Amino acid sequence: MKTSLSKFSPNVLDIDCAKVTAVLEESIREIVFHRLRKKGAVVGLSGGIDSSVTAAICGRALGKDRVFGIMMPENDSSGDSLNLARLLADVLGIKTTVEDIGPTLEVLGCYQRRDDAIRKVIPEYGHGWKSKIVLPNLVESSQYAIYSVVAQSPSGEMKKVRLTAEAYLEVVAATNFKQRIRKTLEYHHAERLWYAVAGTPNRQEYAQGFFVKNGDGSADFKPIAHLYKTQVYQLGGYLGVPEEILRRPPTTDTYSLEQSQEEFYFALPLDQMDLCLYGKNNGVAPDEVATAVGLSTEKVQRVFAMIDSKLHSTRYLHLPPQLIEPVSEVDVTH
Amino acid sequence: MQQLEQEVRQFIIDNFVFENGNGSFSNEDSFLETGLVDSMSIMTLVEFVKEKYAISIEDEELVPDHWDSVSRIASFVQSRRGLVEASQQNVADGA
Repeated sequence: MKTSLSKFSPNVLDIDCAKVTAVLEESIREIVFHRLRKKGAVVGLSGGIDSSVTAAICGRALGKDRVFGIMMPENDSSGDSLNLARLLADVLGIKTTVEDIGPTLEVLGCYQRRDDAIRKVIPEYGHGWKSKIVLPNLVESSQYAIYSVVAQSPSGEMKKVRLTAEAYLEVVAATNFKQRIRKTLEYHHAERLWYAVAGTPNRQEYAQGFFVKNGDGSADFKPIAHLYKTQVYQLGGYLGVPEEILRRPPTTDTYSLEQSQEEFYFALPLDQMDLCLYGKNNGVAPDEVATAVGLSTEKVQRVFAMIDSKLHSTRYLHLPPQLIEPVSEVDVTH
Repeated sequence: MQQLEQEVRQFIIDNFVFENGNGSFSNEDSFLETGLVDSMSIMTLVEFVKEKYAISIEDEELVPDHWDSVSRIASFVQSRRGLVEASQQNVADGA
């Protein structure tokens, strides 16, 4: 692995927001108007930084009257999410709608299936309980990325139990209904408006497979997928995203117990993971990354191994449908 | 120990080797390096070992030192069974 000649520091992620914004705007216009031949963009608004920046940049690129925001709360959503999404929409001046997906998820059995799966390891889990799934600290130890469920009883008692493979897969498959139903609604509105669906992953999420196939992983274009999380925050400040959203800790907003993205997936605070990802992508030696991030070289090496492991295990999420033979008359390159 | 290795090896072949054949891996091959068994598969392997050999496995023990090859798993199980048997003997002696 080559060593960078210049000193590696957190400043490597600094961007010229004006320049980056200009490039994004031009690219979004080219993609939406010319390549996809759509009239505008639909953005699912979660009240988080990524969807906020995506909506803001689409508004600047396409015109605020050509961006439609959809807020899709469900039974486990934090109340902050809807409030912050509304605040953003007011600031941007874009049209929005609220689609409560809780009833749909109930009919599909999302919550029931999830709870049944948790009961395989916590038999008493039931009405009034809250839960989330978490990873062990993968940086401090060499443990495998095996999830546990953390559950809180109605009386406040906390339990943490390692998930079996079966229970884990069933919990994830049940909660993934949420992302997939949201995407269904985004495409419904996009089709009736003749708009394109904007995906909102940042680089960490896109590269590390932190999305649901045919859920939030599905989109017509993903304008911030190449940007590191800290760069998305820089843009957020530049584009006038409300302070409340800039200050909000990244959350999955998927489980009934508050769950950070760090404990669910990334295993490191996002700014540290950004630097590790950047360093690995650019061939920076682990000891140099370690100095910049404030971790030991051994821990950075572990993070690098985790990144490789996720790239490998989530590759399938990026693959298009596999054909037996090419269909030559279909050109997906332009 | 040999029997342990054979049982673990057979479970891996039956569950994680998708094509026919005996699996071209040795009992010492690293799962991480060969990609033979990933973290999802480890979960299944752990449950198999727990049930078949009636041992408990703490979260802190789910590390490559114990699980990254057939032989490491067999050694771990053997040492854990040794602890269980010694503990049962102590209880029996105490009674």
